[in-house]
Amino acid sequence: MNKDTLIPYIGVVTDIRQDTPDVKTFRVVSPEGGKVFEHMPGQCAMLSIPGVGEGMFSITSSPTNKEFMEFSIKKCGCLTTWLHAMDVGQQITIRGPYGNHFPVETELKGKDLLFIAGGIGLAPLRSVINYVRDKREDYGSVQIVYGSRSKDDLVDYKEIIDEWMADDGIEVNLTIDNPQEGWDGHVGFVPNYVKELDPSINKTVLICGPPIMIKFTLAGLKELGFTDTQVYTTMELKMKCAVGKCGRCNIGDKYVCKDGPVFRFDQLGELPDEY
Amino acid sequence: MQEAMINRAKQLLADGTVDRVIGWKRGEFAYDITPAVFRSAEELDADFVFDDFTSANVSKYLVKESKKEGKILAFLKPCDTYSFNQLTKEHRVVRENVYIIGIPGGPKLDAEKIKAKGITGILGVKNENYTLKIETVYGEETMPYYEAVLDKCASCKSKKHVVFDELIGDDGEVLESNRFEMVEKLENMTAQERFDFWRDQLSKCIRCNACRNVCPACTCEKCVFDNPNSGVENKAPADSFEENMFHIIRAFHVAGRCTDCGECSRVCPQNIPLHLLNRKFIKDINSLYGEYQAGEDTTSRAPLNDYKQDDCEASIVHERGVE
Amino acid sequence: MLKISIDKLDALFEAISASQTLYIPADREDGSAEYKKYESGMKLSNALNTVRSAKDFFFPQTENLVDFKMEGKNIEVIDIREESEDFVIFGVRACDARSFTILDKVFLSEPVDSFYKNRRDHGTVVTMACTRPAETCFCGTFGIDAAAPEGDAACYSDGESIFFEAHNDKGQKFIDSISSLLEEGDTAKLDAVRDKTREILKKLPLAGISTESFGGDKLMEHFNSEKWAELSESCLGCGTCTFVCPTCQCYDIKDFNTGHGIKRFRCWDSCMYSDFTKMAHGNPRLTQLERFRQRFMHKLVYFPSNNNGEFGCVGCGRCLSKCPISMNIVKVMKALEVK
Repeated sequence: MNKDTLIPYIGVVTDIRQDTPDVKTFRVVSPEGGKVFEHMPGQCAMLSIPGVGEGMFSITSSPTNKEFMEFSIKKCGCLTTWLHAMDVGQQITIRGPYGNHFPVETELKGKDLLFIAGGIGLAPLRSVINYVRDKREDYGSVQIVYGSRSKDDLVDYKEIIDEWMADDGIEVNLTIDNPQEGWDGHVGFVPNYVKELDPSINKTVLICGPPIMIKFTLAGLKELGFTDTQVYTTMELKMKCAVGKCGRCNIGDKYVCKDGPVFRFDQLGELPDEY
Repeated sequence: MQEAMINRAKQLLADGTVDRVIGWKRGEFAYDITPAVFRSAEELDADFVFDDFTSANVSKYLVKESKKEGKILAFLKPCDTYSFNQLTKEHRVVRENVYIIGIPGGPKLDAEKIKAKGITGILGVKNENYTLKIETVYGEETMPYYEAVLDKCASCKSKKHVVFDELIGDDGEVLESNRFEMVEKLENMTAQERFDFWRDQLSKCIRCNACRNVCPACTCEKCVFDNPNSGVENKAPADSFEENMFHIIRAFHVAGRCTDCGECSRVCPQNIPLHLLNRKFIKDINSLYGEYQAGEDTTSRAPLNDYKQDDCEASIVHERGVE
Repeated sequence: MLKISIDKLDALFEAISASQTLYIPADREDGSAEYKKYESGMKLSNALNTVRSAKDFFFPQTENLVDFKMEGKNIEVIDIREESEDFVIFGVRACDARSFTILDKVFLSEPVDSFYKNRRDHGTVVTMACTRPAETCFCGTFGIDAAAPEGDAACYSDGESIFFEAHNDKGQKFIDSISSLLEEGDTAKLDAVRDKTREILKKLPLAGISTESFGGDKLMEHFNSEKWAELSESCLGCGTCTFVCPTCQCYDIKDFNTGHGIKRFRCWDSCMYSDFTKMAHGNPRLTQLERFRQRFMHKLVYFPSNNNGEFGCVGCGRCLSKCPISMNIVKVMKALEVK
């Protein structure tokens, strides 16, 4: 019988990084070494600990990384609590890649890019950011606006400081919600910060974060003159099969797992407001 | 009767006593009646129905409805009043927000029983002196009324309304019912026969949860079977043990609170006689702690919530288990 | 057309079941019917349809997908799939037969569900034309002819004999396998029976239900309808409609720890259930209105949008007779109909 997508592969966790108090980044390779499968930026994978649960997670690493995949996961429910408690060397099950991806090879090519992320929302964008960094000549300017509750809640802070900020032609704007000792950067919510920064309306926007942040940022972008067709986001809903059959993530005539998770805002506008 | 109910409901809406009415709404056929809330005289005139098929117990809807603003008129049959009283006792309904009109009970009809006779294409059902004249696509059929009566009505326990603000029609009496007959029959079986009986019945279960969701005693905000942390939250039976346990655990949970309204069996798409599990508990409570009818009043302590020095010892389970 | 006399049905069933597993609709004690594995002496039910649909054969209520062995930090994935045995489902009605093509669109689209396909490949669907449709039937609304059912092979009864007609190679193979029991028969009486059935179908109370107001292009219009509040008001939130429905195919995946390994199951699920879309951090469908709406929107709008206008309902009428509060797709269609 042919391989069935519901039957997972084994992945080995080779590195665990404590990113923030409630976010850890897990490095996963196949037992034979190397990546379990290839993916595109924005795609997801189903990770599971049999007996605990299975869940859909964004693949945080860039496809240009040829050695391993990474997943930044926030401790939230039953499965993620288990994942946070495990040690290096633990095997997990993994299947994918699932869903569509950011149109890095088509619509985004040659464009000036504006990434806007809040909290764990950086996870799916990190894949695109690093993809773009590795294929720098294919894209225009890159601006990243990233905010979190506090400095400690900024995911991938080290990578942002050591690598992204060190790159030529990448502008990184960090912000935290409230003033904090040891932080001399911007303080304030992401939507307001974006408006303050007043980015050029020629940019293509990729946004991910809490729904409330997305809502207000989008409103702000529109005030600045951006249109729905310029803004991409990635969504999350309950998923079980990840291939558009189990019915969980159905909104309108779309399945977030299969037709998403990446949507342009004009596409979302055609869907019922059920997310 | 239907006309009297509609007229009284209109009066109560008009004089502001209530602002909603819960009753039954006409369907596509003679028998597919839906519980519904009516908000105006026009809605009542258009769709309100009370006939031989209006069997649904609307008490459970009052858990939600009685917490809304304003007062609601509820038409309750005798059996429904027991459910309502029990819900009042458990502080699930707000009594002050419900205006209760007691209406006569059944025996109500079961469309499935008509269909089981091979009568299909039903277009209309008329009761003429307790003979059903059934108009069908294939011509007229007749059958005795009592052969099409719902199981819950065939073993009716009471024609008495235990709670009401007013009555339409007369109040009745608590009946000498035969409702424990089948329980006794099951008790007289050998353990193996009984096990086989229940295995046969419960293996039909499709875990649709209709019995639980319709049950006026099942009003937990979050059922243990819907809670992923409980370890028993499963929509599919992993094995036959589990398939049985869902119903047995449910029967335990409603023991002493089940008024024997019979809705569980009425709604079961697989016709599992679930009420027999509850009746076994009722019969046992009666024999171990003295006669008790849940929902009869709103103040007494239920036997399983009460402690008396002469309560039977736990060993009773062992003693009774010896064949 | 090849036929067999009705009084020789026993011999027919014996012959089929001698080479492969046979399922037929059989009567239960309570007068309802269900599909049962044929055993000698079992009689074909006269009931119009079974309580549970025939979808169980290809998409069972519960099935084991995969097993895991956990040892220390290591996990072993055990593929427990086995080639299905060959089987015949006899007496499937036109509505259920169509439901398979609807389920195919879900499970056989990429990526193909191997569990479903395995059973589909090994199952032969032998349908039986209806002669006594019920008041709850409205298959005609979805372009189904109850007097000429689909399936690998179809059977027609004229009251004395059953006639056989193959629709594809699988059906022909089935008829060939029983050909020694069949004889050539005159279909004059059968044609009359079929005409009569079609006359009845036209006269059924739900014959006029139309799909005109529905389809993929009516998405927002119906989604935002104010009617949903009233329609869903008394919904109990149970899964009866979903589980008796031949086309409902949403499922859950669950793990069970058996004590010596983990079994991963797939089981039917219902969008009517409160936890269907519940996530660790919230639930986008908080009330029964949204859940109720989802089920009907999926059948009448979302499914046709993705499947060239085909609706996710076959008009079998099971939800009409089984919903505890008698709320169903017909009432929804009538309420939402654009006049």
